[in-house]
Amino acid sequence: MIANDWIQILVSLGLIVLISPLVGRYLAWIYQSPHLSLEKGIYRLLGLDADREMGWKEYAAVLVVSNGFFFVAGYLVLWAQGVLPLNPRHLPPLSPEVAFNTAASFVTNTNWQAYAGEAQLSNLSQMLAITFLMFVGANTGLASLVAIIRGFVREGSATIGNFWSDFFRFFLRAFLPACALMALIHVEQGSPQTLSTSVTAKTIEGASQTLIVGPVASLESLKQLGTNGGGFYNANGAHPYENPTPLTNTLEFLEMGVFTFSLPFFFGRMIGRPRQGQVFFAVVFALYVAGLGLIEYSEKTPNPLLAPAAVTQKTSPLQDGGNMEGKETRFGITQTSLFSNTTIAATTGAVDGAMDSMNPLAVLVYLVHMFLNEEPGGKGVGFAGLLKEAILAIFLAGLMVGRTPEFLGKKIESREIKLAALSLLVTPILVLWLTGLSLLLPAGKSSIDNPGPHGFMEVLYAFASGNANNGSAMAGLNVSTPYYAIAIGLEMLFGRFLPLLPLLALAGSLARKKTLSENAGTFRTDTPLFVLLLLGFMVLFAALTFFPPLILGPILEHLSIVHNIAF
Amino acid sequence: MKKKNLLDSKVILEASRQALVMLNPLKLVRNPVMFVVEIGSVITTVITFYSLLHPDGEFLFTATVSIWLWLTIGFANFAEALAEIQGRAQAESLRATRADTQARLVVPEGVRTVPGNTLKKGDQFLVEAGEILPTDGEILEGVASIDESAITGESAPVIREAGGDRSGVTGGTRILAGSLRVGVTNNPGETFLDRMISLVEGATRQKTPNEIALTILLVGLTIIFLVVVASIPAFSSYEGVLSSPTVLIALLVCLIPTTIAGLLPAIGIAGIDRAFRANVIAKSGKAVEVAGDIDILLLDKTGTITFGNRQAVQLLPAKGISDEEMAFSSWLSSLSDDTPEGKSIVGLAASLLSSPVAPKGLRAIPFTPETRMSGVDGEDGEIRKGAEDAVRAYTGSSFPAGVSEIIAEIGSSGGTPLVVTRNKTVMGVIHLKDVIKPGLKERFERLRKMGVSTVMVTGDNPLTARAIAQEAGLDDFFAQAKPEDKMQLIKKEQEKGRLVAMTGDGTNDAPSLAQADVALAMNSGTQAAKEAGNMVDLDSDPTKIIEVVEIGKQLLMTRGALTTFSIANDVAKYFAILPAMFVVSYPQLGVLNVMKLATPVSAVTSAIIFNALIIPALIPLALKGIRYRPVGASALLRRNLLIYGLGGIAVPFVGIKLIDMILVLLHFT
Repeated sequence: MIANDWIQILVSLGLIVLISPLVGRYLAWIYQSPHLSLEKGIYRLLGLDADREMGWKEYAAVLVVSNGFFFVAGYLVLWAQGVLPLNPRHLPPLSPEVAFNTAASFVTNTNWQAYAGEAQLSNLSQMLAITFLMFVGANTGLASLVAIIRGFVREGSATIGNFWSDFFRFFLRAFLPACALMALIHVEQGSPQTLSTSVTAKTIEGASQTLIVGPVASLESLKQLGTNGGGFYNANGAHPYENPTPLTNTLEFLEMGVFTFSLPFFFGRMIGRPRQGQVFFAVVFALYVAGLGLIEYSEKTPNPLLAPAAVTQKTSPLQDGGNMEGKETRFGITQTSLFSNTTIAATTGAVDGAMDSMNPLAVLVYLVHMFLNEEPGGKGVGFAGLLKEAILAIFLAGLMVGRTPEFLGKKIESREIKLAALSLLVTPILVLWLTGLSLLLPAGKSSIDNPGPHGFMEVLYAFASGNANNGSAMAGLNVSTPYYAIAIGLEMLFGRFLPLLPLLALAGSLARKKTLSENAGTFRTDTPLFVLLLLGFMVLFAALTFFPPLILGPILEHLSIVHNIAF
Repeated sequence: MKKKNLLDSKVILEASRQALVMLNPLKLVRNPVMFVVEIGSVITTVITFYSLLHPDGEFLFTATVSIWLWLTIGFANFAEALAEIQGRAQAESLRATRADTQARLVVPEGVRTVPGNTLKKGDQFLVEAGEILPTDGEILEGVASIDESAITGESAPVIREAGGDRSGVTGGTRILAGSLRVGVTNNPGETFLDRMISLVEGATRQKTPNEIALTILLVGLTIIFLVVVASIPAFSSYEGVLSSPTVLIALLVCLIPTTIAGLLPAIGIAGIDRAFRANVIAKSGKAVEVAGDIDILLLDKTGTITFGNRQAVQLLPAKGISDEEMAFSSWLSSLSDDTPEGKSIVGLAASLLSSPVAPKGLRAIPFTPETRMSGVDGEDGEIRKGAEDAVRAYTGSSFPAGVSEIIAEIGSSGGTPLVVTRNKTVMGVIHLKDVIKPGLKERFERLRKMGVSTVMVTGDNPLTARAIAQEAGLDDFFAQAKPEDKMQLIKKEQEKGRLVAMTGDGTNDAPSLAQADVALAMNSGTQAAKEAGNMVDLDSDPTKIIEVVEIGKQLLMTRGALTTFSIANDVAKYFAILPAMFVVSYPQLGVLNVMKLATPVSAVTSAIIFNALIIPALIPLALKGIRYRPVGASALLRRNLLIYGLGGIAVPFVGIKLIDMILVLLHFT
C-alpha cells in the first residue's frame, strides 16, 4: 500500500464517521416530531389513519400485505412490458420465473438481477417496476426497524406504532429529497437522465456504436441511497454511465454508507441513550474496517499462479499492483476494496468491479459480511438483526453477572429468546441447505461454470446474497435458469420476512414489559467491554455456523493458490 | 445437616445406576440436547454392528465413537443423579427426625391419643415438655421452650407462645419446657417438612423461567448445528469427498452444547440444595433464581439491624457531679430494673465502678405508666431515672446548666436520653442507644456492590432512623412506618421497575410478604407469614436474605459461565474434526490441523473423548457453583468472560491434544 491508498481509505472512512451521527440525529427527529402538513395531505389522499397505533400483529400484517401488493404490481409491470408504453425497442416481457425473481428481489430490497437491465428492460419497467420497488423495499426495512426500536422505548404498551406513518416519514423527509439531490449530482458528473432509449456514437475507428441510455442518474442515486444495488446496466457500478468518475465512486460509497451507518446513532437517539448508539456503531464499524483491511490485503497480493505468465503485478505510477483482474483501471484496487466492502456490508449489492475475479480471502470477507448481515446490514433490517444478536449475547453474558439478563431495562426471558432464536435459524437453513441442494441437483450443478472450490463459492455466494437481501452476485454462475430464478426468488422472500416477523413479535413482547431500573449489579451495555463481547459473540457464532462451507470454499481456494494448485 | 462425601463409593454406585435408568428415551426427551446425542449413539451403534458383520476396517473406530457417545449421555445423567442424591440424602436425614409420634387430639369429650400422621388441618392437640410435636401448627394457648435443632441444627432452644408473631411451631421439634394447645395448620403430607422433602427430592422440581429460556437457546443452537452438519455431505460430495456418517455424528455431538445441557439440571438442583444447606427452604427454584435479581432489600430495624433492645453506651454526669457519683446513681437506679435496658445500665455502670456494693434496705420503685420512672428508695435517698419530661415533672424545677444540651445531643444522634436523679437532683444523663448487630455494615457494603440497595423500615422518628441508618451503612430509611406503609413502599418501588425483597414474621407482614418479589419468612413467625413468603428460614435469621441473594446470583452465574464455556469449546473441536474430514482429499487443508493431531481417526476420537470427559470434569463446579464476588457487574463479567469465554476456547485445544498424544501411545490412530 502506498500513501495514496491510505489517503483514499482515511478520507472515505473519515467522512462516514463524520456524517453518520448527524444523519442519525436527523432521522431521530423525523420520528420524534409531529406529522408535516404534506404528510397529513398524503394520508388524507390515501385514506390512511397514520395516528392509529398498531399492535405487533397488525403492524406485521400491514407490512406483509402491503409488500404483497407491491410485489404483485411490480410483477405485472415486468410481465406486461411488451404491451406497455415507453418501449420503442419492443423488448419482450421477462419470462415468468425471471419476472417473479425480479419482483421478489426488488420488493425485498435485495436487487438480485437475473436479467440484464439494458438488454431486457424498457424505460417504463426501469421507472415503474424497478424504481417503485426500490423505494418501497428500503422504506419498509426502515419502518420495521423503527417499530422494533419502539419495543425498547415503550413500557406496558400493547402497540409498536403505525406502519404508514413510519413508512412515509422516512420516504418524504429523507429518502426522496436525498435521491433527488444526488441524482442532480450524478447528472452533472455524466450519468444520462433521459426518456430516450439509445444514442448512436461514432467511435475513434469511425465505426458507429449504439449506446443504451435512459433515466440512469435517478435510478443510480436511489440504487445507492436505498442500499438497493440493482443497476440500470448489467455491469452496474463498473459501467461508465452509472459511475463515471472517481468522484462518483466516492459519492456512491457515501450514499451506501450514510443511511446504514447512521442507524446505530439513530437508535441511540431514539432510546434516549446516545452512548448506546455509539457502542453499536463501534461494533459495526470494527467489523466493517476489519473486512476492508482483509480485502485490501487480499487484492494487493499478487496471484502466484500468474507469476510464470510474466504478468506485471507490481505497483507502478501507471498501474495499481496486486490483483487487477476484473477491476476498473480508473478506480484501482483501493476504490474497489472500499466500494465492494461497503456494498456487501451495507447489503447494497452494487459493484464497481468483477466479484468473481477477487482473490479468495476477499470473497471470504464478502461471505462473512453476508452471513452476519448486520454490520451495518440492510436498510433497517440489518440493525434490527444486530439487536437480535445483542439480545442473545446479553442473555449468555448477562447470566454471568448473576442476574436475569436485561437489555435497556427489559428483562430477557424465554419468549424473547424463543423469538430471537427463531429469527437466527433462518439464515443457516436457507443458505446452507439451498447451497447443498443446488450442489446435489443436476439443475443446480449445470449452471456452475468453474471447477473446484471456486464453483462451490459461486453457488454459496448466490444463496448467501439472496438470503441476506444483498443482491450482489459473484457471477460465473448462470442464475437465469428457471431453477435458480425460482430458488433464489423464494429465498429472498423468506430471507426477508421470516427473520423479520419474529423480531416484530419480539418488539411487541418488549413493549409490553416494564422497564427495570438499573443498579451496580446490572450488566452495562454501553461500555467498551460490551463492544468486545458483542464482537466476540457475533464472530464466534458466524464462524461456528459457517466454518464448513468457508473451509471448502475460500479457505481451500486460498490454500490451493498458496500451494500452486489449480483445479 | 450431615454432608455426604461426593466420592463416597456407595453414592457413585447409586448415581451410576440411576444414570443408566435415565437412558430411557422417554425420560431423556426432557433434555432435548442429550436426546439428540442418544439418537446419534443409536445410529453409530447400528453402524458398528454392521461393520462387525461386513468388515470394512471401520469397526474399531465406530465402536470407539459409539462407546464415547453413550458415555457422554451417561456422564450427563450421572451429574443429574448425583445432584438428586445429594438433595435426597439431606431430605432423608430430615425425615429420620420425624419418628412416628403420637398426638393427643382434642375432641369434644376430652382428649384422645391418635397417631401423629392422622392429624388434619383444623384439629387441635395438646403437647407438653419432653414430647415431640407431631405436625406443624399454630399455638392457641400456652408458652413453651422448644428445641428446634432437628430442623435447624441450632442447639439453643427458642421460645414460642400463643398470639403475636412467634406462635408457629414445626413438626419434629421437641418441647423442653411448658405445655401447649396447638391448632393444626397443614394436612398430612403438606407440612413444611413434607414440602421441603419433596422439593429437594426433585419430585416437584419444575424448570425455572430462566432455565426454560436457556433450554430454548440450547435447542436453537442444536437445531442450527443439525442444519450445519446436515449440509456438509452435500458440500463434500460436490468436492468429491465422501463423508462418513460416524464422523458427521461425532462432529454434531461435539458441536451441540452437550456440556451445559448435561449439567443444567444438576446446576438447578444444586442451587436449591445450597439454599437448603443454609437452612432456607425455597418453595420453588424460581424463588431462589429471582433472589439474584433483587434491587432493594427492605429490612426491619428491630431484630434485623439492631438487637431487639436499646443498650446504655455512655453515662454523662451533670455539672458538678463526679463520674463515680453518676455511675453509682445509675447503677442503683437500675438494680431492680429487669428490662434489657436496665440490665445494660447496670452492666455499664458496674464496669466503671470497682465492685460496687448495694446498700441494705433498698426498696424497688417499679415503672408505672403514671410516673413513667423507675428507681429505688434507700439510705442514699430517692434514686429515679426516666425520660426527660417525666423527670422534669418529678423534680418540679428546671435542669441544671448543660443537662438540656446533653439531652439534645443524644437525641440528635439517634439515641435515647434517660435522666438520673438523686433526691430530685439531676445527677446526669444515661445515653441509651440501638446497638447494631456486628458485621452488618460489611454485609450491606457487599450488597451495595452487588447492586442491591438496603432500606430500613422503622417506627422511630426520622432523626433516630437517620442516625441508625448511617451507622449501619444503609442506603435509605423509612421512618415512622406503620405496617401497612411497608406494602405501599413495596408497590411504589415495584412500579419503578425494581424487584423488592423483604423478611417478615408477623401476620401483619403477610400482605407485604405476598407482594414482595422475594419474601423470606421466619420459621418462628406465624403461619400466615410463612404461607405468604416464598422462602422460609429455619434459623429465623432476618439477615439470611443476604445469603439467599448470593445463592441466587451464584446459580445464574454458574449457568451462564458453563454455557459460555460449552459454546466456546466448539472452536477447538471444529479445528480437530474438519481438517480430519477433508485432509485426505485436500492435503493443503493440513495447515488447519493446528493441534497437529496424529491422524484423522485419532483427531475425531480425541474430540469426542474430550467432549464426553469435560462433563464429569465440571460436575464439581456445577454442584458447588462458581464463586460470587461482590465487585460490580462489569468486573464480574470481565473476569468470567476471561475464565469461561477465553478459557473455553483455549482449554479444549490443550485437552484434545493431550488425548491425541495418549491415543498415539496406545497406537489408536
